Amino acid sequence: MNFLNILRDIETIDPEITDKISPRRDVIKNMSSFGSKVALSALPFALGSMFSKAYGQTSSSVNDVLNFALTLEYLEAEFYSLALTKPLLLAQIPNATAKSALERIRDDENAHVGFLTNVIKSLGATPVTKPTFDFEAPFPTVFSSYDTFLAVSQALEDTGVRAYKGQAPNLLGNKVVLTAALSIHSVEARHASHIRQMRKATGGSLMNLKPWISLGADGQANDSGVASVDKTYAGEDNVMQGGVNVTTLPGAGTSSTAKKAAVEAYDEPLNKSAVLEIASIFIKS
Amino acid sequence: MKIFENSYQEQDAENESFLAKKMQRRNFLTYAGASAAGLALVAAGCKKDKNTFNSGVNLGSGDVGVLNYAYALEQLEAAFYIKVASSFYKNITDDERALFTDIRDHEVSHRELFKAALGNSAIVDLEVDFSSVDFTSRTSVLATSKAFEDLGVSAYNGAGYLLKSADYLTLAGKIVSVEARHAAYIRDLITPGSFAGMDVVDANGLDKSRSPMEVLSIAKTYIKTEINASNLPS
Repeated sequence: MNFLNILRDIETIDPEITDKISPRRDVIKNMSSFGSKVALSALPFALGSMFSKAYGQTSSSVNDVLNFALTLEYLEAEFYSLALTKPLLLAQIPNATAKSALERIRDDENAHVGFLTNVIKSLGATPVTKPTFDFEAPFPTVFSSYDTFLAVSQALEDTGVRAYKGQAPNLLGNKVVLTAALSIHSVEARHASHIRQMRKATGGSLMNLKPWISLGADGQANDSGVASVDKTYAGEDNVMQGGVNVTTLPGAGTSSTAKKAAVEAYDEPLNKSAVLEIASIFIKS
Repeated sequence: MKIFENSYQEQDAENESFLAKKMQRRNFLTYAGASAAGLALVAAGCKKDKNTFNSGVNLGSGDVGVLNYAYALEQLEAAFYIKVASSFYKNITDDERALFTDIRDHEVSHRELFKAALGNSAIVDLEVDFSSVDFTSRTSVLATSKAFEDLGVSAYNGAGYLLKSADYLTLAGKIVSVEARHAAYIRDLITPGSFAGMDVVDANGLDKSRSPMEVLSIAKTYIKTEINASNLPS
């Protein structure tokens, strides 16, 4: 498991961790006496406690990042949890694979909520309370039209990817929290990729939608085909990476394919205020 | 991952019951979905040799070392997809052809960006070994592609904290989510709905992260050039 690896790795850089975390072996023994699922969910809590005891409180900026992430995970978790209770929507899900994919995503988002809550608590901070969300105010047919639902889902996942990416520098060098945040970040990208494939499968104008963020029609940054989510894709058409215009790199091809590949090959971060502005349309209070 | 759980388990017999159960289940899953690439990975990990990575092409230290490590992986991926796209597997659909071409272009861009960013510090071109891959077979290509993409995701996730520069960390972040999009797409081609399978995403909803040594131990099956990672930060 990742966390057992982290513990082992910490031991290699800090041989005294065993003394600082007392008694580590008993903690692991106790974990092995639970069922594996219980042990897994107990793990971050146990690990977090161990770290705050060993190294003291984490900085407030780390806690801010975690609470910001928790807010987004609340939003995503409630979105899928609610959607999967709506008979009108359920009736339009085309097959069992599509339904189980949505259940899988719902479960991942709920797991993220639980995980982040445990980590925040175990670092001695207070998890933010869940806002009251309203998904139907901004998108009235989100739970009655499969197409609208998938469009909003895609925007939420792509926003989530950008949000975690934007926070990474605030966790620079933090082995435990940065690694965990990156490990959520890539799961959100997996979700985004799959939702995009589900939208593509609905056909019509979405036949050419890709699992990755490409250039939109007429070269615009938003490739989703839904103008009302332009803010989610603002800046995704960037081609400058690390001071290099990637369309001019060797092997980049002709100008039109080079631009498209340059846009697709790199996902762009979003800062906190831009993400909160996007999320705010769903937050009632 | 199970490979390293295995060696960890050997070092730490007290964890036996917990890890052994996970191991057995994962081994079963691996063999149940047995494929050429999957088996190659397992076989590579089961060798008892020491993977010290302390001689050969030196990745360097600090952020340069981490970037060269990423550059090595992107070289491997780019070489693989260039080969895939130079002669596609039998009975490929138009859609798969188009998206594999996209993936090749992405990986080439990643490779060239690292090369440009590293300048004189960039490692040499690595010699790859794809003798275990049947490029005419969809099954073989997809299995290898899945292995590379999942490995790449876990590599970036596991190396992010080693970077000292926020700009490089952001750059790595821009790339890893695209690798995860690739991974999900390829996984769905193999088994629809397996984009975030239990073999890569744990009960907390977290993707895998692997240390450079773990990653290189797996990747070395496909890289002939010896790599020295001994100066990488840890």
